[in-house]
Amino acid sequence: MKPISIVEGQMAPMPQANIDTDQIIPKQFLKGVVRTGLGPNLFHNWAHDEEGERVPDFVLNRPEYAEASVLVAGPNFGCGSSREHAVWSLMSAGFDAIMAPSFGPILENNCYQNGLLPVVVSDEAASKFAELAADPGNTVTIDLAEQRVSSGDYTASFDIDPHVKERLLNGWDQIDITLQSAADIEAYESARPAHRPTLGERALPDPAT
Amino acid sequence: MLDKVWDDHVVRSASGEPDLLYVDMHLIHEVTSPQAFEGLALSGRRVRRPDLSMATVDHGIPTTGRELGISDPLSKRQIGALEQNCAEHGITLFGVNDLRQGIVHIIGPEQGLTQPGMFIVCGDSHTSTHGAFGALAIGIGTSEVEHVLATQTLPRTKPGSLAITVDGDLPLGVTAKDLILGIIREIGVNGGYDTVIEYRGSAVEGLSMEGRMTVCNMSIEAGAKAGMIAPDATTYAYLEGRPYVQDGALWEEMVAFWETIPSDADAVFDREVVLDAADLAPFVSWGTNPSQVVEVNGEVPSPDTFDDPLERDSAARALEYMDLEAGTVITEIPIDRVFFGSCTNARIEDLRAGAEVIQGRTVHPDVDAMIVPGSGLVKLEAEEEGLDRIYKEAGFEWRDAGCSMCLAMNEDVLAPGERCASTSNRNFEGRQGRGGRTHLVSPQMAVAAAIAGHFVDIRDWR
Repeated sequence: MKPISIVEGQMAPMPQANIDTDQIIPKQFLKGVVRTGLGPNLFHNWAHDEEGERVPDFVLNRPEYAEASVLVAGPNFGCGSSREHAVWSLMSAGFDAIMAPSFGPILENNCYQNGLLPVVVSDEAASKFAELAADPGNTVTIDLAEQRVSSGDYTASFDIDPHVKERLLNGWDQIDITLQSAADIEAYESARPAHRPTLGERALPDPAT
Repeated sequence: MLDKVWDDHVVRSASGEPDLLYVDMHLIHEVTSPQAFEGLALSGRRVRRPDLSMATVDHGIPTTGRELGISDPLSKRQIGALEQNCAEHGITLFGVNDLRQGIVHIIGPEQGLTQPGMFIVCGDSHTSTHGAFGALAIGIGTSEVEHVLATQTLPRTKPGSLAITVDGDLPLGVTAKDLILGIIREIGVNGGYDTVIEYRGSAVEGLSMEGRMTVCNMSIEAGAKAGMIAPDATTYAYLEGRPYVQDGALWEEMVAFWETIPSDADAVFDREVVLDAADLAPFVSWGTNPSQVVEVNGEVPSPDTFDDPLERDSAARALEYMDLEAGTVITEIPIDRVFFGSCTNARIEDLRAGAEVIQGRTVHPDVDAMIVPGSGLVKLEAEEEGLDRIYKEAGFEWRDAGCSMCLAMNEDVLAPGERCASTSNRNFEGRQGRGGRTHLVSPQMAVAAAIAGHFVDIRDWR
């Protein structure tokens, strides 16, 4: 994962509440076996009509937002399914950060795993940034170390778990971090009670056969 | 209860860091796992505990003509990848032709792999279902699937606790599905943000395990990390004798442990919500998120009735998508399709309740209705009870087990504009097919709607 310190770029406004993962990436694009190439499928049903033609009014299709790298969304962005494809498609389409008052619980974790920065701002700040994003000429600067986001004269702070922040700033891989605790995992395993269910040695035959 | 189960799984705890939690059971399916196995291979890692991992195929699998093979080449490749990954890493797979195959959240409990006090994860948001047993069960993304495969652990900061107490008896015709829809309407789709919900109260205690699973299943629809219900005699009776449940002395040991899990009488929650069961009614969703529901004897609300401007916009947008006008009487809305299935409502008790509604009647000529049992074993049990015959004679299609039209990744898809009464969990735009219009209801209400051709108040059904 690439370290993140400063994210700078153009904002795109999508201020409605509860944009769910079925909108971010519809199910027909979940049939792949790799993480790449999902950018063109982002918001497919909003970006394309039923004949597959691009919808010119859709904000991310408007040429003036072609360079957008920060999405400004409403509360509960990415609610719904666990599909990490939502994060992969946002990143593949050029997004580095999403600003919203709150995020769907699984999507927020998925963002951290991939280095897409979820910026949790107040309702007031989210509305203000959505207003600013309505002018495609405005850019935004997100300073992760300082937990500050600003566009022009307007500045807001944001909260982030300090451990997640350190990991994103350094680009650390979570599995590498966890494996440093291998001895703790082994100790826990050896103390696990015998009554916990297991499939291993007790894998049962299919009753049909 | 959250604290007890959490503390029991802490591998490592350090100030300023998330706790490292040990995963008792990792459930795997074909859609969110291939990239995780790929990541594992690229980093040269192995699955740490294949004996604590269980896989099945559910999301993309066809529900008819399976014996002819899988015709969708992409789904076929995905299922093939899972078969190969499981074989390579020694993971037990309930595969395409295994009688025990089914929706992952239905077969875990069915096999006895879901037990009280466990920490269970799966690359699927409806993992919250397993909380019905007093387990902590959370949905994770693909990167974390890879993390669990490699380490059998997951780092997590403990969420807050939200107690939702529902006391009283559920009125006649009001099901577990209506209970959870009523809760989500009350607290909103974001009302459980950063919490684990504990459902309690006499209405919850009175539910069967199937009903409790329906309630916990939709915790994620309220924005919660998980939902839990305290284990009790109902839980133990469900589990006893299931294939992966220990017997003899170990069973006694387990029950003794399970009895320690429920919250103490003086437990303190970060937040509490109280509902009266008597206020609940059969619900029908009218919008595009699961909080947008109304009593079946009500009307489609006007967006103007919402004070919050975002909710007002959301309601207006939903009515446009759903092609509904404010003031429309719910029971006058005609439907085209019925989907009876999903991890929310496709267990044996659901199929029994739906069949009871039929009483010799037949599906309305303008409606296509399908029944998709939650697992091969649910299907078999229903057939042994003759339920399949009741449904088929009434004109319902009787399918093989899978997620099917809950998310429409297989061939079971709504056409644009089609209106569907669905026992599933999400009425998002396009969820069951682009342009398709989903109304969430209980199994009984879905079957009654299939027969009448429009929604009916199950309380008036004779």
